[in-house]
Amino acid sequence: MSMMTRPTDDATSWEGQVEELRGLVSDRALTGETILLNMGPHHPSTHGVLRVLLELDGEEIVTCLPDVGYLHTGIEKNIESKTYEKGVTLTDRIDYLAPMSNNTAFSMAIEKLAGLEVPERAQVIRVICLELTRLNSHLVWLGTHALDLGAMSVFLYAFREREVILDMFEMLSGQRMMTSYIRPGGLWRDIVPEFLPALENFLSYFPRKVDDYEGLLTNNPIFIDRTQGIGVVEPEDALAWGMSGPCLRGSGVNWDIRKAMPYMGYEQYDFDVPLGEHGDVYDRYMVRMEEMRQSVRIIQQAIKKLEKAPGGFRADNRKFVPPPRAELGRSMEAVIHHFKLWTEGFSLPDEEVYVGIESPRGEIGCYLHGTGGNKPRRVRFKTPSFMHISSLGLVSQGHMIADLVAIIGSVDIVLGDSDR
Amino acid sequence: MGVVGSKLGNLGVVTTTLETAVNWGRTGAMWPLLFGLACCAIEMMSTQASNYDLSRFGMELNRASPRQSDLMIVAGRVTRKMAPVVRQLYDQMASPRYVISMGDCASCGGVYNNYAIVQGVDEIIPVDVYVAGCPPRPEQLIHGIITLHEKVKGERFADWLTEEA
Amino acid sequence: MQIPAALNPVDALKGKMPEAVIDVKTFRDETTIIVEPARLPEILHYLRDTRGLVYNYLSDISPVDYYPETRYDGQRFAVSYHIYSLLYNRRLRIKIYLFEDDPTVPTATEVYPAANWLEREAYDMMGIVFSGHPDLRRILMPEDWQGHPQRRDYPLGYETPMFSFNVEEIARHKPFAKE
Repeated sequence: MSMMTRPTDDATSWEGQVEELRGLVSDRALTGETILLNMGPHHPSTHGVLRVLLELDGEEIVTCLPDVGYLHTGIEKNIESKTYEKGVTLTDRIDYLAPMSNNTAFSMAIEKLAGLEVPERAQVIRVICLELTRLNSHLVWLGTHALDLGAMSVFLYAFREREVILDMFEMLSGQRMMTSYIRPGGLWRDIVPEFLPALENFLSYFPRKVDDYEGLLTNNPIFIDRTQGIGVVEPEDALAWGMSGPCLRGSGVNWDIRKAMPYMGYEQYDFDVPLGEHGDVYDRYMVRMEEMRQSVRIIQQAIKKLEKAPGGFRADNRKFVPPPRAELGRSMEAVIHHFKLWTEGFSLPDEEVYVGIESPRGEIGCYLHGTGGNKPRRVRFKTPSFMHISSLGLVSQGHMIADLVAIIGSVDIVLGDSDR
Repeated sequence: MGVVGSKLGNLGVVTTTLETAVNWGRTGAMWPLLFGLACCAIEMMSTQASNYDLSRFGMELNRASPRQSDLMIVAGRVTRKMAPVVRQLYDQMASPRYVISMGDCASCGGVYNNYAIVQGVDEIIPVDVYVAGCPPRPEQLIHGIITLHEKVKGERFADWLTEEA
Repeated sequence: MQIPAALNPVDALKGKMPEAVIDVKTFRDETTIIVEPARLPEILHYLRDTRGLVYNYLSDISPVDYYPETRYDGQRFAVSYHIYSLLYNRRLRIKIYLFEDDPTVPTATEVYPAANWLEREAYDMMGIVFSGHPDLRRILMPEDWQGHPQRRDYPLGYETPMFSFNVEEIARHKPFAKE
C-alpha cells in the first residue's frame, strides 16, 4: 500500500493534508520541494505492520516518522480482567518471537509481588528456555534480515534450525510458539525425558551452523557494502533514546541485565557480553551472531547444573502454586487449594513492582500493580521494540530508502512487542 | 499423471470440461499476498521455509503487491486501526480472489475479546477458509490451503457470472 | 577510572529540594519517591546529572489509574518513572499523583528523549497530558478514537463469543462482509 503524495494544482486540498504535519516534517515538504512517501503498514520489509512516513529529497531520507499501533491488541487491559495465572497466556503474544521471555518477566513480577521463591531446578530450566528463546528469536531475525538484504538462502537455513528449537518447545509445553511454559512460581511441568537428549544433540551441531551463516554473510562484500557505516548510533544517543539489548551493545555500551542485575541465577554462568564498536548495522549483526554462541555456552553449563540443582520444578507454596495432580486423590487440603487456585486465583498486595529482564531484543520490563484482590490493577510491559522504533527517525536520517530496510532489519523490531 | 495417461491412450488427445481445466490451473499456481500481521505470520513463514516447503503446492512465490496475488492469508489479529488497510488491500486484489483466515484471532477474535481487535476478519472481508489454532501449525495451514484448492476445483462458471453481477 | 561513591537518592533529593518530596516508600527493595508533579523535570535533571546518582537511562513511564479508589487526597492517576543507573546498576521509581480533572504534568522529553513516545502512549492510553511535549498525538489507537482505553472506567469491549448453541442468534446481527 505505498502511496505517493504529490502537490497538485488543487492547492487547497494539498495544504490541508500537509498542515497536520507542520513541525514534524521540514518546511520544504510543505512547499512541495521534497516528497512524502508512505511506506507500510503493508510492506514486505517492515517486519509486520509498521508504517513509516518518509520525507524524501530524491532518494535521501530527510525525515522519517514511524507510526505504530496497527497491532495494538489491548493485552495490558485484557490482563486486568483476568486472574494472575490466566494472564500468563496473554503475555506469550506480546513479543511472539520470544514468548518465554515475556512469561518470565510477568512471572517474576508476580513472584516479587508475592514474595515467592523459585526453586533452583526451575531456575535452571528457565535459563535453558530463555537462552533457547534467544536462539529462536535471533534465527528469525537473521533469516528475515538477510532476506531483506537479498540473501535468500540464509532464511532457509535459519528456519531449518529454528524448527528443531520449536520441536523442543513442543516437547516441553505442547505448543510450538505460544508456550505458556513458565508460570508464576516455576514451570508448568517438569522437563520430559526426551528433552535433554534432543537439546544435547542440537547443541552438538548448532555452533557449526552459526559458522555456516557467518560464512555466507560476514565476509560477503555485498552484505558488507550494505551494512557497514549504515545506521550509525552513537552510544550517548542510544542511551538517551532508551535503546537496550543488542542495539545498545552494538554501539559499545556494556549493559546486559543478565550481568548488571542478575536474575534466575545468571551470575553463576560464565559467558561474555559481545560489544560493537561503530554502532552500525554490521556491528549489531556481529553482536547477535556472537550472542548465539554465548547462549550455547550458557545452555551447556545449565545442563550440567541441572543434575545437581535441588528443588522441584515449581515452588512448594500451595497458596500460589497448584498441588501435584497425584496429591488430589489423597488429600482434601490439596483439592481445596486446587479448586481455589483455578476458580478464584491468588491475591496479591496493593503494591507495585517493576522487573526488567534481558529479552532477545533488549530490556523487557513488567510493571505490576496489585489491588489486594485476585486481579491486577495495572500491568504494563516496557518493550524494547517500542523504544527502538521511536529512535528510527534519528537513526535513518540522511540514508537512502534501501538503507532504511537494512536499519529496520538490524534493530530487530517485532510489532507485537511494540504495540502490545 | 495416471488419469491423464489412461485417458490419453494412443490418441494424444485429452477431453475434459473447460471448468475443470481452468480450476486446475488456478489451484496449480495460486500466489499468496506477502502479508503478515502477527504471530501467525511467523508460522506462515515457517510454512514457506525449508521444513514445510509450501512450494510443493505451487505457492512459493509471495507477491508483495495485491494486484498480482490471488490469495490473501490473513495471518494474525486484525485491529480496528488495521481493518481499513486490510479491506483496501482486498479491494485492490484482482478477481478471482480468495481469503484464508489463519488463526483464532483472525477467525473470531481469539483470546482478545476487547476494544482493539475486530472479532473476526469476516466482518471486513469475505472469508473462504478458516484455519483454527493459536497459532495454527504449518500442517494446519497446509490443510487449509488444500481445502481451498478443493473449493476452487468445485467452482462453476455459472456462479462466477452471478458473483460478478 | 575512579567511580564516585554512590549516594542514597532519597537523602540526596531531600537535601537538594526537600519541599518537592512528598513521600518515600520502599517495597521489596524498590524505592519509590513521590514528588511534586510541577517539579518533575527539575528532579529528573538532578537525578541524571549529579555525581553519585547518574540515573542516565529511562526504562519506562507507567501510568496507573486508581479508579474507583483515590490516593493522597482524592488523586486518581499516578505516573511512575522508572529510571536506571548504568553506573551503579540500580533502579529508582519517581512517582507523581494527579487529580482527575486536570491530569497535567510537565514533559520529561528535555531530560530523556526516550520519554517522547512513552508519554505519547500514556496520553493515548490513560489521558495524561504532558505539557510542553513536542508532539502529543495518539500513538497506538487510531487518531479519531474516543476515550482512553486503559482507564479503569473504560469498558473492555467484550462481545459474546459464538458457540454452537447461540450461533444463529449472533450470526443474525454480526456484520458479515460482502464481496
